[in-house]
Amino acid sequence: MLLRHTTSAVKERSALTVNPAKTCQPVGAMYAALGIHGCLPHSHGSQGCCSYHRSTLTRHYKEPVMASTSSFTEGASVFGGQANLLQAVDTIFSIYDPEIIAVHSTCLSETIGDDLGQIINKARDEGKVPLGKHVIYASTPSYVGSHVTGYANMLEGIVKYFAEKTDEKKRQVNLLSGWVEPSDMRELKRIAKLMKISAVLAPDTSDVLDTPMTGKFEMYPKGGTTIPELVSMGDSMKTIGMGSWATRSAAVMLDNKCKVPFEITDIPVGLSATDRFIQALANAGRVSIPESINEERGRLVDVITDMHQYLYGKRVAVFGDPDNIIPLVEFLVDIDMKPVYVVSGTPGKAFEKRMEAILAERVPEAKYKNGPQADMFLMHQWIKENPVDLIIGNTYGKYISRDEKIPFVRMGFPILDRVGHSYFPTIGYMGGIRILEKILGALMDNIDATAKEESFELTM
Amino acid sequence: MPKKKDYINGLPDPSGLKEEILKKYPPKVAKKRAKSMIINDPAVDQEIQANVRTIPGIITQRGCTYAGCKGVVLGPTRDIINLVHGPIGCSFYAWLTRRNQTRPAESDENFMTYAFSTDMQDENIVFGGEAKLKEAIREAYEIFKPKAIGIFSTCPVGLIGDDVHAVARDMKAELGINIFGFSCEGYRGVSQSAGHHIANNGVFKNVVGLNDRPRAGKFQVNLLGEYNIGGDAFEIERLFEEAGITLLSTFSGNSTIKSMEYAHTADLNMVMCHRSINYIAEMMEEKYGIPWIKVNFIGAEASAKSLRKVAEYFDDAELTAKVEEIVAREMAKVKAVADTVKPKVEGKLAMMFVGGSRAHHYQELFTELGIRVVSAGYEFAHRDDYEGRKVIPNIKIDADTRNIEELEVTKDEAHFRPDLVEKKAKLEASGYEFKDYAGMMPDMAKNSLVIDDVNHWETEKLIEFYKPDIFCAGIKEKYVVQKLGVPLKQLHSYDYGGPYAAFGGAVNFYREMERMLATNIWKKVDAPWKHEPEIVGSITIEA
Repeated sequence: MLLRHTTSAVKERSALTVNPAKTCQPVGAMYAALGIHGCLPHSHGSQGCCSYHRSTLTRHYKEPVMASTSSFTEGASVFGGQANLLQAVDTIFSIYDPEIIAVHSTCLSETIGDDLGQIINKARDEGKVPLGKHVIYASTPSYVGSHVTGYANMLEGIVKYFAEKTDEKKRQVNLLSGWVEPSDMRELKRIAKLMKISAVLAPDTSDVLDTPMTGKFEMYPKGGTTIPELVSMGDSMKTIGMGSWATRSAAVMLDNKCKVPFEITDIPVGLSATDRFIQALANAGRVSIPESINEERGRLVDVITDMHQYLYGKRVAVFGDPDNIIPLVEFLVDIDMKPVYVVSGTPGKAFEKRMEAILAERVPEAKYKNGPQADMFLMHQWIKENPVDLIIGNTYGKYISRDEKIPFVRMGFPILDRVGHSYFPTIGYMGGIRILEKILGALMDNIDATAKEESFELTM
Repeated sequence: MPKKKDYINGLPDPSGLKEEILKKYPPKVAKKRAKSMIINDPAVDQEIQANVRTIPGIITQRGCTYAGCKGVVLGPTRDIINLVHGPIGCSFYAWLTRRNQTRPAESDENFMTYAFSTDMQDENIVFGGEAKLKEAIREAYEIFKPKAIGIFSTCPVGLIGDDVHAVARDMKAELGINIFGFSCEGYRGVSQSAGHHIANNGVFKNVVGLNDRPRAGKFQVNLLGEYNIGGDAFEIERLFEEAGITLLSTFSGNSTIKSMEYAHTADLNMVMCHRSINYIAEMMEEKYGIPWIKVNFIGAEASAKSLRKVAEYFDDAELTAKVEEIVAREMAKVKAVADTVKPKVEGKLAMMFVGGSRAHHYQELFTELGIRVVSAGYEFAHRDDYEGRKVIPNIKIDADTRNIEELEVTKDEAHFRPDLVEKKAKLEASGYEFKDYAGMMPDMAKNSLVIDDVNHWETEKLIEFYKPDIFCAGIKEKYVVQKLGVPLKQLHSYDYGGPYAAFGGAVNFYREMERMLATNIWKKVDAPWKHEPEIVGSITIEA
């Protein structure tokens, strides 16, 4: 057994986290910054932070992930990291020549109280920031929230710095993306286009973390939201933030700074969340919903009805980030599965309320928890107590899946051992079909592998 | 870029390349980097700058002290709960991401698949985290009943003044199991290397020597600095077992704290990764009189040489005969594969930038295939790993090194082995070398470019200049290099392949090189129409 010390006896814990269902802020800030064109993320802390985040993102995408570090040593930790960051800004513009440096802090620089804004101003005053180049920042203490918080903070930092309100309103909609894959961001743009809505998507990691093999290395690939696009967000008609955890603060910032009204929707995962998103998008763009969208929706519902017998009543354990798993759990309920265990390490009171609203009536036996000690160890203990038919979550779920012989679908961050997430979206109606395909594939492979010979089916 | 003919009489002179690399740097950066880039001449002693701070802003390969301490040295040990005291990320990122394989019996403890953290929150940063750490230890003990718990400090811990050592002492007294702490905050050193040293100190102080187990074999050894990536240690373990050599403890791959406790009963320490573990070897010699030799089980020839060196140490006819039998048998198998692979890859160019020993060790395997190493360097090594241990007395001790405790080690009269000291003296008199690490540079060709702490810009320029056939580094470099059309072999994770150690490993590596170097896929990068003339014009269809 891989997780041989896990038993069903749940003991209350108040201090120990085991097998976390979250990681820390800076990796989210790095990911968000990669979705800006010509931007080099910079980690203001020890080298390890930057190395770990780059490694995780690289393993997840199998793509170059470029970022620099302030390389703190003991001296910087005692006397402050100002000298390191000033030197870093100089080094980066000299050698790597980005349009933007996006600095995020770490637990180290936050604990010693480095003031990023002040240091960056000093860098500007000292002429270390070439004309027309930008240094933006976000405070991302690792001991608050989770990786999702870091993503949200950097996204807020991005729009705060760039978005500008002029007198000319633009007939466009801001799409603030929650933490989804490059494939999903590409899909969001496709959907907007299909609806004839001019949209600015931020961040946008498509064409950054899914680049083609060309024999050339582009340090700043062609993708990413551009500076003019970011600036123009201040003149948009409306902002739609997908995922309250990841996008609310940026949407509020845009409203406060540029008076662009906003609506927060779920990330459009599955049927109901996509329905709401499409309606919100149509309202925001003042367009009617085209037939092609109806057709995509129809295809998704068709697959659900076709395959309903394999889904109905199946018990599922889900772990991941609130913005992603709230609509996913809702989708599982929509297709008559039973998400009985739901866990997220990311704190936030809204999680429990949303879960209750989705699950109380249809899956009253469901257990869910987020925040401190809501970890994969706890979820595994619940599974030991009363098993499930399917696990959905990031790659770390494979250890539970193998020990308990439970089918497993990889969704979330990080996925370290499979490809596909960069290329095939799981959002929108078409993405819903892909989720179904993955769930059905896992369940039916298991049926095929375990069925008695006489009941082994050709057609299913 | 040099042409093929420039490689006929040795390697081309890379002075121009070095100059071009430095030209891009701000003056101070250029001055510093120049000292870390040496145009090699094995006949001449040259000083390389190593183990110094990376310049802020540089895109480096390096990680932190915590990564070296928790991830590298203690991580591969399965019967201990490695509890990370800090915000969640540090524990999360070190969770199963190094491929330290381990093989517990069904009833054995194995905590390596778990991540344990105190998940510090802002109130812990403001008011201190010691109480939470204590409670986390209690909870870990209550749930898992481990025999040992290690506490690993992350950056904020040292800054807010949490005393993990005091907590360890208190909790050891409360729970009656072995509990010890490491002050391995990420910023403690200039790279992972500081963490290795801190881990060595902690294991030596708190684990080694706790159990005077009676002898279990005629020839008792420890293997130091073998982390069992991809099953390397399994390969080596098999050889020892067959030869009749009792491997007491490996620091640390497929390892247990339990076995480290009686490591002091060994007759010989073998050091594989000199950089990460020479400290324990040195301290064990001082305290217990156990001599150490450098071994290398990467490369078939090197493996044979290392096995023979161990046999020579024990000077036992039966053992020597057995070792010769193994070497003859295994070398025949290796040669059969090398003979089929070598003609396909001979003359290709390789470069490798990794770790504190692998960039040296792996040159053995490339040489065996006739692949030429044009450039190499370490990520976190010190001068002695490049120039040999003879330079140790001359290495400047800077502020970053002074941060790390040097343990005062004294002779343990009860366990000291004068017989081994005597044996060592006798062997030395006959020319047998102990502590024999001569470093990477003497083994490299003239005009090869040796670079310490290589960075992204230098990597790009190196590839542009040499157009190597294969590049060896880690995950962060992998896809950058591959986008440039050059296959990259990860030498940290082995790209989830391996083992590559010992004879079986050499065969695996040859096959891997055949796969990577003989594929046609790189020729398919350009679409077939890319080199066709574009059709310009229009067609008018007449009605």
